Amino acid sequence: MSAPYAKLPAWADYGLIPLINLFVAFLVAGLVVLLVGENPLRAAVILVEGAVGRGQAIAYTLYYATSFIFTGLAVAVAFHCSLFNIGGEGQAYVGGLGVALVCLTFDSLLPWWLTFPLAILGAAAFGAAWAFIPAYFQARRGSHIVITTIMFNFIAASLMVYLLVNVLKPAGSQAPQTRTFLEGGQLPKLNWMLEAMGLTVRSAPFNISFLLALLAAFLVWVLIWRTRLGYEIRMRGHSPRAARYAGVNEVRIIIVTMLISGALAGMMALNPVMGDQNRLQIDFVTGAGFVGIAVALMGRSHPAGIVPAAILFGMLYQGGAELAFEMPGISRDMIVIIQGLVILFAGALEHMFRPTLQSVFASFSPRSVGIEASRGERA
Amino acid sequence: MAEAAIELKGISKSFGAVRANRDIDLKIARGTIHGIIGENGAGKSTLMSILYGFYQADRGEIFVNGERAAILSSSDAIARGIGMVHQHFMLVHNFTVLENIILGAEGEPLLKTSVAKARAELERLERDYGLEVDPDAVIEDLPVGLQQRVEILKALFRGAEILILDEPTGVLTPSEADHLFRILRQLKDEGKTIVLITHKLREIMAVTDNVSVMRQGALVATRRTEETTVEELAELMVGRRVLLRVEKGPARPGDFMLSVRNLTVEDSRGVKMVDDVSFDVRAGEIVGIAGVAGNGQSELLEAITGIRRAVSGSVTLDGEPVELTGRADPADLRRRGMAHVPEDRHNMGLVLPFEENENAILGYHWQERYLKGPFLDIEAIRRDAQDKIEKYDIRPPDTRLKTANFSGGNQQKIVLAREMEQDPKVLIVGQPTRGVDVGAIEFIHKRLIDMRDQGKAVLLVSVELDEIRSLSDRILVMFAGRIVGERSPEATEGELGLLMAGVEEEKEAAQ
Repeated sequence: MSAPYAKLPAWADYGLIPLINLFVAFLVAGLVVLLVGENPLRAAVILVEGAVGRGQAIAYTLYYATSFIFTGLAVAVAFHCSLFNIGGEGQAYVGGLGVALVCLTFDSLLPWWLTFPLAILGAAAFGAAWAFIPAYFQARRGSHIVITTIMFNFIAASLMVYLLVNVLKPAGSQAPQTRTFLEGGQLPKLNWMLEAMGLTVRSAPFNISFLLALLAAFLVWVLIWRTRLGYEIRMRGHSPRAARYAGVNEVRIIIVTMLISGALAGMMALNPVMGDQNRLQIDFVTGAGFVGIAVALMGRSHPAGIVPAAILFGMLYQGGAELAFEMPGISRDMIVIIQGLVILFAGALEHMFRPTLQSVFASFSPRSVGIEASRGERA
Repeated sequence: MAEAAIELKGISKSFGAVRANRDIDLKIARGTIHGIIGENGAGKSTLMSILYGFYQADRGEIFVNGERAAILSSSDAIARGIGMVHQHFMLVHNFTVLENIILGAEGEPLLKTSVAKARAELERLERDYGLEVDPDAVIEDLPVGLQQRVEILKALFRGAEILILDEPTGVLTPSEADHLFRILRQLKDEGKTIVLITHKLREIMAVTDNVSVMRQGALVATRRTEETTVEELAELMVGRRVLLRVEKGPARPGDFMLSVRNLTVEDSRGVKMVDDVSFDVRAGEIVGIAGVAGNGQSELLEAITGIRRAVSGSVTLDGEPVELTGRADPADLRRRGMAHVPEDRHNMGLVLPFEENENAILGYHWQERYLKGPFLDIEAIRRDAQDKIEKYDIRPPDTRLKTANFSGGNQQKIVLAREMEQDPKVLIVGQPTRGVDVGAIEFIHKRLIDMRDQGKAVLLVSVELDEIRSLSDRILVMFAGRIVGERSPEATEGELGLLMAGVEEEKEAAQ
C-alpha cells in the first residue's frame, strides 16, 4: 500500500482546497488585525470594498491583476519543466527596457496599434534574453537556476539604474526616467468596459494589456497541454530520466522553457510602462515578479487557476492600499503580512488539508476518488 | 504446536476506502519460521507495518507471547522483542558496523562507555549466532549480504525474539540467500521466531515451517509447508490456476541484429561499471543476462540504448553503427528499430503523473501519426491508447486515468504495449516482471516468447534467475561489469549461481 490516499476529484483539487487555504489565511490574518487592536471584520469589509466596491476600485484591481497574470504564467511555465524561475522581477524589469526602446523609437511615427505589437516583441525578447543566461548555465553547467535567477534580479536592478541615470534620462531632467511617450506609445484604457456595465471610473490605469494577458493565459494552456513542445516540457518536469529515455534533449528543453518564461515575465512591463506611466521609471515592477510565484503556486500552475489567483492578489494590492489609508492602526506592512499569509497557506502549506479532505472524500464516495478503478484492475 | 509468539485477531486496516487488511487472524508459533506470501498489494507489508508499529490497525488485537499488546510505534515493538529487517536497508553508509548497531540505542550521552558495552555485546551475538562481521568495517565497503547481516544484528542487539524479514533475498545471489537461510535456521534453533515475507515460492518451500497466503487484503490460507506444494500456493495467491513454466518451442536464430564489442562504461565517479563486454543477439532468439543486481546490467542497458555515455567500444544495430558518445540519441535508435523496456519503470519507462494515453506515446511522440504540425493530435493519441489497452488487456481500460493509479503489472503492460507495438527489430528488456503480480508475469512472458517467434532479437536482463532460465535461449552471466560466462538454459541453478557470485571467474579467464 504505497499510496494510502487516493486522488481527489478535480473540482475539489482546484477549487475547494484553494478556498479552504484562503479561508484559513484570512482567519489568521484576522487574528493579526485583532492583535493590533483593530476590528478584523471592519478591516475585511474595508479591504473587500476597497478592492471591488466601486468601478474605480475594480479598475485598479484588474490593472494589478494584469501584471500578476503575466508573471504568474512565467513562473508556471518554468514550473512545468520543474524549473523554479524566481527571476521574474528582473526579467520584467529588463522587459521594460524593450518596451521603452520600441516606444521611444516609434511613438512619433506610428499609431499605438502598430507600436503595440512591436512593443510586445521588444518586451518578450528582452525578458527572454535576460532569462537565457541563467537558463544556459543551468542546462550546460548545472548552476542552480534559483540562485542564478535571483542574482540576475539584482544585476537587472543595477543595470536599469545605470541606463536610466546615464543613458535614457533626457538632458536637464532630475528624475531617473525616460521622457514621456507620445500618443503612439500609449495603450488605450479599458475603463469604458466597466462603465458600459454601469460602473463609474474616474481615472484608472486599467488598459488593453489585460486582454493580452488573458490571451497569453489561453496560449500557455495550448502550449502546455496541446503541443509537442509542452508535452516534452511536462515530461522533463515530472521525470528528467524519462525525458532522457524518450530522447528529449534536456539542454534544449531547459533553454526553450526559460526563454518562454522570461518572455512572459518581460511582457508584464507592457502594463505599467506602456499602459499606465507612459515612461520607463526606476523600480516600476514593484514586486510583481515575486507575487507571480505566489500566483502560480495558488493557481496550481494552470492558466485557469492563475487568472483568478492573479485577480485575488490584485484585490489584496488594491484593497490593502485602501485599508492602510482607512485604518491608521494598519500600516502598509500589515498588508504585506496578509499577502504573506495567503502565500504561506495557499503555496507553502498547500498540502496541509489535503490528507484530511482526501479521507473525508474517500469515506463517503470511494468512486469519486478513483478507488474502484484501481481495485477493478485485479479482477 | 508450541505457544504462539504472535497472535493477531481480527486485524483490519483501511486507507480511505481501500481495505488493505481485512479481518486477519494469524498465529505464529514460537521457535518457527513462518512465511507470509502474496502478490504485490496483497497487504503483507501493511500487516507487518501494523505489527511493527508503523501503522495502527483500525480494528483487531495483537497478542505477543500471549499478552495483549498495544503497539503504537516501532519502539513499542522493539520493547516487546520484535525486530524488523527491511527490504531496503536502514543503514548509515559512512558509519561503521558498530556505530550503525548502536544508532538510536546509545543509552548514554557520552559515546565512549556505550560503545565499549556495545562492542562486548556485539561480539557475544556474533559468536552465538555465527554472524561474523567486522565491527569496525564501514558499511559502504561491505557486500550486500553482509549489510543484511548487520541489519539482523541490529535487531538482535535490541533484544529481538521475533524477527520480521521483508523480502530479504531480493538483493542476494543464490548462494548468499542459502547462507541467509542457514542463519535463519540457526536463529530458529536458538529459539527465535522468524517471519519471512516474500513473493518467491521457492524460498517458502526451502526454509519455512508454516506458510500463510494473503490475497487482496485477506489471509486466505495457512498451511504446514511440508504438506503443501508450489502449485497449490501459487493458486491460492492468484485465485486461479497459473502456469509457472513458460511453454516455448526451439529458437530459430537468424541474422545478427545487435552486436556489442568491447563496451566499457563508467559511472559518474569514473568507476568501471561495464568492463570490456562483447556479445551478439540474433533475430529470433532471446539472450538473457543473469547477474545479481548492481553488477553493471543497468549501465549496459543504458549505454546500448543511448541513455548513458560509453567510454569505449562499439555497438551495431542491424549492421549500422550506434552512436555511443554524448551525441547518442535514444529517439534516433527508436527510429532505427530499437525498442527498450527499461528496468526502472517508475522513473524512466513512465511518467507516473501523466494520463495513460500520454505514456502510451512516450518516446514515440515525434511520430507523425500523433501530431498535427506542432500540436498533439489528442484524438489519434487516445484512439491509439485505447487499441493498446484492448490488445494487452490493460486494466482498468481507461486512457484518461493517471498512470500512477494502475497496478505494477498493468503499468508494465503499458510500457510493453508501447514498445512491442512499434514492431521493432531489437527489443531490449530490463527486469520485465519486477513488482508485477503472478498473473501478469504469465502474460508478459508469453508476449516475450511471441516477439522471439516473430523473429525479433530480444535482449533480456533480469535478476530473477528463474525468469532468465525459462525464457532465454542463451544465458550470459554478468559479474562485476564483465560477462563471466555463457551457458545454455539447461545449466543448473547451482552452476549459474557460482558464476553470478564470481566464483568461476578465474577459471573462465584461464580457459
